[in-house]
Amino acid sequence: MTPDLLARLAAARAAKHPVALLTRLPDGAQMLHPGDAVPEALATEAEAALRADAARNVTLGAESWFIQPQNPPLRLIVVGAVHIAQALVPMAARLGYAVTVVDPRRAFATEERLGAEVAISGDWPDEAMTALAPDTRTAVVTLTHDPKLDDPALEVALRSPAFYIGCLGSRRTHAKRLDRLREAGLGEAELAKIHAPVGLDIGAVTAPEIAVSILAQIVASRRGPKSEKK
Amino acid sequence: MSADSEDILATAAAWRAAGEDVAIATVVETWGSSPRPAGSRLVVTASGRMEGSVSGGCIEGAVADAARQTMQSGVPQLLDFGISDDRAWEVGLACGGKLKVFVEKLG
Repeated sequence: MTPDLLARLAAARAAKHPVALLTRLPDGAQMLHPGDAVPEALATEAEAALRADAARNVTLGAESWFIQPQNPPLRLIVVGAVHIAQALVPMAARLGYAVTVVDPRRAFATEERLGAEVAISGDWPDEAMTALAPDTRTAVVTLTHDPKLDDPALEVALRSPAFYIGCLGSRRTHAKRLDRLREAGLGEAELAKIHAPVGLDIGAVTAPEIAVSILAQIVASRRGPKSEKK
Repeated sequence: MSADSEDILATAAAWRAAGEDVAIATVVETWGSSPRPAGSRLVVTASGRMEGSVSGGCIEGAVADAARQTMQSGVPQLLDFGISDDRAWEVGLACGGKLKVFVEKLG
């Protein structure tokens, strides 16, 4: 790999642009897509590798190519700079997520409580969520269990393609939440996307344990548990 | 590409900037129960520093040897490891998987 190519990969990473590295085997000739003049058949495969977020091998005529996608980081948007968020943020960062915490209550959403590696939005949750625009590589977790804060965030998140949406609160709290969201015009298919009570049922008690259960559920949503794979 | 692969390329860049010879090893194909997926990387310097992984520790030593050859020759290598492979017996791929590793020089 040339230092120039490595610098271009680093620049794409810094700019949060998806890019695929194509390597011809065994001689090691390399190209980036997008960016270089990649033959159309290879470009199509590179796009597919980026969408699947998985490396693949492609044979093109007599040539063998290895395609390695480099996607921008997965994102986690946390609504509520509460105690559980303090445990969740560093763990999610360690898993490779770019984390944003949304909380308009200034006393909660501080760098002192959440650490320096998190982005903090003090906007009202619906405005913050609209600006953050969750995509297929975004997970959303609401932790305030205050309808004034959680509901506006959910109304935006549930209409987005976010791959995971989880809400803290008991079954009873969640039943009332579903009633309110129905009144706000959300359909059953959208409401069914909510994981609540949030997290895998591992009997979590402490904030770090609850953070583990939430992150385990997020990983399972993205990768799929092995038992459900063929 | 996972977060840890990203850190590994950044490490490779930093080592090269510090004047080290660096080689990058990448898992390009796996069969069976290989512990690390295609795209996993190991970076190695001529001075013996290593970061990342291409297996659960079974073949890192052999890959590092090949990396040192590639650093000297500049010629990339495509390595095969598997239970039917003599070399894999030597280094002991205990997981019973098979994999191919591409080794290239940074530079």
